[in-house]
Amino acid sequence: MYGSTNLTEQDAKRMSDTSAEDPQKLAEFEDRIARGEKIEPDDWMPAEYRRQLIRMIEQHAHSEIVGALPEGTWITRAPNFRRKLALIAKVQDEIGHGQLLYSAAETLGKTREQMLDDLLNGRSKYSNIFNYPAKTWADIAVIGFLVDGAAIVNQVINSKGSYGPYCRALERICYEESFHLKQGHDNFVYLATGTKQQREMLQDAINRWYRPLLHFFGPPDHLSAHSEKLMKWKVKLASNDDMRNQFLDQYVPKILELGLTLPDPNLRKNADGRWEFSDPDWEEFKRVINGDGPCNKERLAVRRYAELAGRWVREALMKPNDTYKVPLA
Amino acid sequence: MKSLDPRVNRLNLSQTSEGEVHTNTHLVTWEVFHQEKRGKQAVHVGIVHASTPEMALILAKEQFARRGRTANLWVARTSDIYTFRTDDEDMFATVPEKLFREPAAYKVRERIEKFQQQNKC
Repeated sequence: MYGSTNLTEQDAKRMSDTSAEDPQKLAEFEDRIARGEKIEPDDWMPAEYRRQLIRMIEQHAHSEIVGALPEGTWITRAPNFRRKLALIAKVQDEIGHGQLLYSAAETLGKTREQMLDDLLNGRSKYSNIFNYPAKTWADIAVIGFLVDGAAIVNQVINSKGSYGPYCRALERICYEESFHLKQGHDNFVYLATGTKQQREMLQDAINRWYRPLLHFFGPPDHLSAHSEKLMKWKVKLASNDDMRNQFLDQYVPKILELGLTLPDPNLRKNADGRWEFSDPDWEEFKRVINGDGPCNKERLAVRRYAELAGRWVREALMKPNDTYKVPLA
Repeated sequence: MKSLDPRVNRLNLSQTSEGEVHTNTHLVTWEVFHQEKRGKQAVHVGIVHASTPEMALILAKEQFARRGRTANLWVARTSDIYTFRTDDEDMFATVPEKLFREPAAYKVRERIEKFQQQNKC
């Protein structure tokens, strides 16, 4: 759910109506995408394409900076110096990814500051998974390995999309995420092959993160609003269920090979290659995304504090005569 | 709010005022060019937000030189960069037809050989 393209019914309806667009320009635009060309910031694009891309890239950017919060809380409590250095580097990367993504969205005409306002005022969302707490050090292993693993599945797919600046940002991000995944796996394996207490701590963390990880890719296809347009315009490139399946395929074996378990007796791979699992409680997903999760308030309060406490510094840096221009690429 | 994070608890965040927040700062953007090695071209890699060139360079270093090799970084205000419009791309369309600019368009060997045969040199 990093670059979430889950639509509301209202959005889906609006997407299907392109009658306000110049039909010739729209046809040229769709031909270019069908030929695999990238769309660049000052190219003609339908208003809905711009709107959905801003929404998606902005949510992705918010997810990066809010996602750094549960991990950031463990920097002071990392078990040793090497892990601490790796975690600091990872958290810095996440903030950098947020900046890259805000910049990509900014090329579409919404400033970074407007996006940050909308995050604080609740008008735009971030990935639901970051509304859960990181209770122990094993949670950091699970986040670094499995949450980043899920994010990479999503980001690699999205990097094949049609909007040039977003694809370029994602390529850079995926390159750095491969370090996150490796250090997360390393941490995960050390706990899994450690003392009885370490294994128990890791198993407990896996049990708590299992459902949020299934929620990560968004509601199942039969429960979500669809838009053929988003697929045609290469804003969305794979369905939620397909991405979730790819994630389970890649990561479940890596958990089981360590003698760990997943808290779901119905989890299995069918002969047709599709994974089956118990209902991960989509009502809970809805509740949390609408603000009633264990950490929603804390995450936004920390961002709000950073915004208010750092304001005087940014005000001092302002040059009132600078003329703003939308970035080029 | 009781957090699992000792730092969050120390901040007393429940005291922070609720209500709309408006970010009143709006920094301009700088285009960043990355040079991998001395002697190679600087290549555009992205943007940073900053109010001075010094600040833009520091942020560019953090953002675009965290890994791999870097010899130097350049920054330029976005508003100082001039480009053609993307939809004017067709003005470059006839370039591939201008073979008279290409070395491969000049072939004289055959002519020399024909001349040599005719004149028995």
